[in-house]
Amino acid sequence: MFPRIVLAALALALSAALQAQPQPIRVGAFLSVTGPAAFLGDPEQKTLELYVEKLNAAGGVLGRRLELVVYDSAGDAEKARGYVKRLIEQDKVDLLVGGSTTGETMAAVPLAEAAGIPFVSLAGAVVIIEPVKKWVFKTPHTDRMACEKIFVDMRARGVAQAALISGAGGFDRSMRAECLKVAGKHGVQIVADETYGAGDTDMTAQLAKIKGTAGVQAVLNAGFGQGPAIVTKNYRQLGISAPLYQSHGVASKQYVSLAGDAAEGVRLPAAALLVADTLPDADPQKKVVSAYKRDYEGRFKQDVSTFGGHAYDGLMLAVEAIRRAGSTEKAKVRDALEATRGYVGTGGVVNMSAHDHMGLDLSAFRMLEVRKGDWTLVK
Amino acid sequence: MIEQYLLSGVTTGAIYALVALGFTIIYNASHVINFAQGEFVMIGGMASAAFFEAGIPLPAAVALSIATATLVGVLLEKLAVGPAREASVVTLIIITIGASILLRGLATLVWDKKIHRVPAFSGETPIALGGATLLPQVLWVLGVSAVAVALLAWFFRRTLTGKAILAVSHNRLAARLMGISVRRVLAVSFGLSAALGALAGVLIAPIAFTSWDVGVMLGLKGFAAAILGGLGSSAGAVLGGLALGLIEALGAGYLSSAYKDVFAFLIIVAALVFLPNGLLGRRAAERV
Repeated sequence: MFPRIVLAALALALSAALQAQPQPIRVGAFLSVTGPAAFLGDPEQKTLELYVEKLNAAGGVLGRRLELVVYDSAGDAEKARGYVKRLIEQDKVDLLVGGSTTGETMAAVPLAEAAGIPFVSLAGAVVIIEPVKKWVFKTPHTDRMACEKIFVDMRARGVAQAALISGAGGFDRSMRAECLKVAGKHGVQIVADETYGAGDTDMTAQLAKIKGTAGVQAVLNAGFGQGPAIVTKNYRQLGISAPLYQSHGVASKQYVSLAGDAAEGVRLPAAALLVADTLPDADPQKKVVSAYKRDYEGRFKQDVSTFGGHAYDGLMLAVEAIRRAGSTEKAKVRDALEATRGYVGTGGVVNMSAHDHMGLDLSAFRMLEVRKGDWTLVK
Repeated sequence: MIEQYLLSGVTTGAIYALVALGFTIIYNASHVINFAQGEFVMIGGMASAAFFEAGIPLPAAVALSIATATLVGVLLEKLAVGPAREASVVTLIIITIGASILLRGLATLVWDKKIHRVPAFSGETPIALGGATLLPQVLWVLGVSAVAVALLAWFFRRTLTGKAILAVSHNRLAARLMGISVRRVLAVSFGLSAALGALAGVLIAPIAFTSWDVGVMLGLKGFAAAILGGLGSSAGAVLGGLALGLIEALGAGYLSSAYKDVFAFLIIVAALVFLPNGLLGRRAAERV
């Protein structure tokens, strides 16, 4: 009899102790960890795991532990829809972070809106936040901002007429469309608009046409992958003297090493994270990008990418919002997210509002120029 | 401007021609269109980049990468195509499609998903030709294509192995009765076209870079060039490649660069309607 009472008492005490332990905050993520968009999802997953671990080691959020639930949607919108449903209904997560691609994000938007759950997307396109959706936010800058940054720089150099050359990929086409849309607003006229195909090996025909077009003062290449490196080499081969601009799509050391000497003098907009070492100490983002770079590269022994940075910003924005809301009540967290002011992240300084669920301005991009095979900041 | 369009067309055309040549050998031996041909091109480029980055001098890296691709070609025949050699040609073609997907996947594991460069063989200073420019590497591509055509003609007409390959393609049963080993002929033809594909990959890499997925588009364009020139004809493959490159460059220059691939494929469709055997293809004899 006696041992049974002791056991019952122990069980009671244990369950009481378990109940005293506060419920964890559940963060639901769906990312393209494998598949064609793995270059996005892989660093995103690593970043989320790293920082959930770090936050928990520092005592969690509101005294509660963070718990990360990740599904691999492999770049597939249909899979993303299924996983988001599971995250909301079975895993009962408190908020959603993810959607590496625009397709996956847009598949999740109706579910998040219907369930009323805060959702921070990691995908690029403008359609995610335009028109504004009540529960949906996003961290990455848009290609429209990259176009604007380039046109502002062109105007500062006295360029009024520019040529556009772009590839056939999704990134290339979207950026081309956005650039054509905003060029006029910044006083730049697009006088030639050429394209090249996926896997094309030579772009001298298109560039010769641009060279022969009267009045071209600068050329902008909206592209991703090896296309822009070939364009850069062909550009020098033809001896075109107008300044060449590339997009943030090739803002990596790989582009410089592929194009070699031909890349000298090329300008492109890039996130601060890529030039963490070059940023002056007074830069508001210096501290956060340097710390993220150190943490990530120290742990995973691979270069940071802006994509992992987007996941960092997504998680930190959500955590900040939960802290300010003082709870994980969904409506309160949403309002807190929308009220984000002056958050300094890897992507820029975020100031959200009821009309702007991204909150970045052109200062999120730095204009870089390739000099002696390295980036230099254009003042 | 026309000069630059022409030279641009020659640059792309020379690349397509070299890729197209690889299709002809396996087609001659087996009537199989090897859709993994583009992957041989990729292996040539990626392996030479990897060997070169590992510190091996360029000529040795090129030789090693061609040897690697030849081995892959022979293995492909031994492990996948050979065991199914009695199956229909369509089945064999589907096997090569599967092999191409497998090889692409393996390339991402063995190497990586990054884009690599291989240095140009004779520098990168453009050669000026009447107001237009050409990269020295393009001359390498053209020269090697010409030599390859000559060697292939000699191989198929003058050597026993070459004649055996042609004999197998004409009548497999009769060839076997004459004591020709069909397995050996198939292995030789896969190894040879893999070597040729890898050579193309190595020569193209300094112009257009290389990555795990370059084989897809190069293979497709090379196939189109081979069809245009007449499947099975080496000279036709080169002619088809150059024609395709020129059509694309002139289309991009004078019409619209957005539709240059459309023109190219439209012309191929037209050529197939009016010249079903391609520019230089032999008329297939119909036995009644």
